[in-house]
Amino acid sequence: MGEVIVVTSGKGGVGKTTTSANIGTGLAAAGHKVVLVDTDIGLRNLDVVMGLENRIVYDLVDVTSGNCRLKQALIKDKRFANLFLLPAAQTKDKTAVNPEQMKVLAAELKAEFDYAIIDCPAGIEQGFRNAIAGADRAIVVCTPEVSAVRDADRIIGLLEAAELRNPKLIINRIRPEMVKRGDMMDISDILDILAVELIGVVPEDESIVISTNRGEPAVMDKTSKAGEAYRRITKRITGEEVPLMNLDVPIGIMDRLKRLVGLR
Amino acid sequence: MLEFISRLLGKESASSKTVAKERLRLVLVHDRASISPAMLNSLKEDLIKVISKYMEIDEAALEFNLLQDDNEVALVANIPVVKMKRDYAIKG
Repeated sequence: MGEVIVVTSGKGGVGKTTTSANIGTGLAAAGHKVVLVDTDIGLRNLDVVMGLENRIVYDLVDVTSGNCRLKQALIKDKRFANLFLLPAAQTKDKTAVNPEQMKVLAAELKAEFDYAIIDCPAGIEQGFRNAIAGADRAIVVCTPEVSAVRDADRIIGLLEAAELRNPKLIINRIRPEMVKRGDMMDISDILDILAVELIGVVPEDESIVISTNRGEPAVMDKTSKAGEAYRRITKRITGEEVPLMNLDVPIGIMDRLKRLVGLR
Repeated sequence: MLEFISRLLGKESASSKTVAKERLRLVLVHDRASISPAMLNSLKEDLIKVISKYMEIDEAALEFNLLQDDNEVALVANIPVVKMKRDYAIKG
């Protein structure tokens, strides 16, 4: 019996899809049988992040409305034989699926897979309610910005109201040098405010842009810092205890001097 | 001059992250307190039920509000008591 994990955030653009792709790929690399589900109907993207956009025949709405069987809609990953994608429909809207249908789908996925990772759309409307309907656990992604933290707080409240207790937090796109000079909230600032358990911290990393350009999740890139962060998160999801990545950057006297004279 | 030295040593007085955190704290007090009218109403009914076990209250004159100002939120209830219930008065 598998587990359904929803990746959500409230705010758009904080890295839900990138996180879903990396967690799913990381879990598959560790040998688990995984399915990624894109629930962002009308704005699908998990397919391009995974590099599987050319293989779509059927989608989520075809499955929930009985147009095809689940197996027909699942797209096999390029890299791992034990990783699959259920893409969102692109031409319909969020009301094409309802939470009841998602619960039925989740039960079916749990019977078949070790992990089903649900990529949730931004917002708190029906798309969000669909995405969380069949979930056993939730991962909330936020960036160290006031807007993202505020929305994460709202989402945590809504998850708890929906009986999805103890959501885990990923702080994404943190910039250690900005934290160091006091211009970005750090991990403890955000945990202070949100009062949830942290499951990982991902540094801002250019390799994410590059790996997304190629459609290859950074978690497979041994040289990527963000990839390393996602490898650690993957381990924590399976219950392993791994320390947080060391994100410390030394600040030299030259940086301080430059700041004093207004060069940065 | 003192500020210059402390900046040189890396000790900031009010960094922008502190400002961000403070602003978030305040805005979340409000966000978290914004409960739906339906929930406020059910809270009111529950309160009436509980209080009515102990005293007779004037439900028509009851005032019940969630007040917010800049940095705190308070539940303010004004509940006129008509009389205490006798059995509780004796036991108490």
